[in-house]
Amino acid sequence: MSYKFHQFQVVGRGLPTESDEHPKIYRMKLWATNEVRAKSKFWYFLRKLKKVKKSNGQMLAINEIFEKNPTTIKNYGIWLRYQSRTGYHNMYKEYRDTTLNGGIEQMYTEMASRHRVRHHCIQVIKTATIPAKLCKRESTKQFHNSKIKFPLVFKKVRLPTRKLKTTYKASRPNLFV
Amino acid sequence: MPFKRYVEVGRVALVNYGKDYGKLVVIVDVIDQNRALVDAPDMVRGQMNFKRLTLTDIKIEIKRVPNKKTLIAALEAGDVKNKWENSSWGRKLIVQKKRASLNDFDRFKIMLAKIKKAGVVRQELAKLKKETA
Repeated sequence: MSYKFHQFQVVGRGLPTESDEHPKIYRMKLWATNEVRAKSKFWYFLRKLKKVKKSNGQMLAINEIFEKNPTTIKNYGIWLRYQSRTGYHNMYKEYRDTTLNGGIEQMYTEMASRHRVRHHCIQVIKTATIPAKLCKRESTKQFHNSKIKFPLVFKKVRLPTRKLKTTYKASRPNLFV
Repeated sequence: MPFKRYVEVGRVALVNYGKDYGKLVVIVDVIDQNRALVDAPDMVRGQMNFKRLTLTDIKIEIKRVPNKKTLIAALEAGDVKNKWENSSWGRKLIVQKKRASLNDFDRFKIMLAKIKKAGVVRQELAKLKKETA
């Protein structure tokens, strides 16, 4: 499963000066498509929080964070701040996925489809793995059922490889399950 | 027509698209409306879209997300391999695979066998025709 958005841990600080020999070191966890963008985003956020810029700061470390347990299903709660056509808004969204990167990717695509928000207008404030009892959204809570059972109602007939695709078929496909 | 094959924990499904095409996997948990967590003895547990799965009639008794050992034991207990290979669907797939892996000599042998079988059938038909005529 290749994800577009990767999670990075970026560590940086302002450059040491005569007045401040050991400036404070700051660490951020953010999502970006690659390392270069992650570093850029780090300075963007840090500029808003502290009086430091990329020109008078230094990057100490950047590491990608991978999912610890990609084989278990978790409920992710994502707090975000996004820019709509009329102003900034905060949102809390929940997703069920195996990895946090998958959940974040779901969030970006859902924001794009439901609210027409492009990914550069979204800032992830916080993410957390939510235990099932504390989930707020019905659409995630409906899958918290150990005896879940539902039929697949519509079977899309699809060839096993795209090479075998044909425009015309001899008979109509059977769509029942 | 009520539904007979449900997506549930323990349902055996056939992968019909992608890298694991043709494999039998077990649905071990449901992630959301479109995806399930599937597992098989020879693969790492992973997520799969329902569009890539075709449900079968076979279901095994497992709890949500068992570990590999329990899953393999449950597959043995449910006798999934034999049930699949004796079902008409499973047999058809085995025949398809066999036919695809024939070499020219095998096809020659099949041609001879077909001719022989047709000859025997025609003899019996002639006999029956003579009796009724």
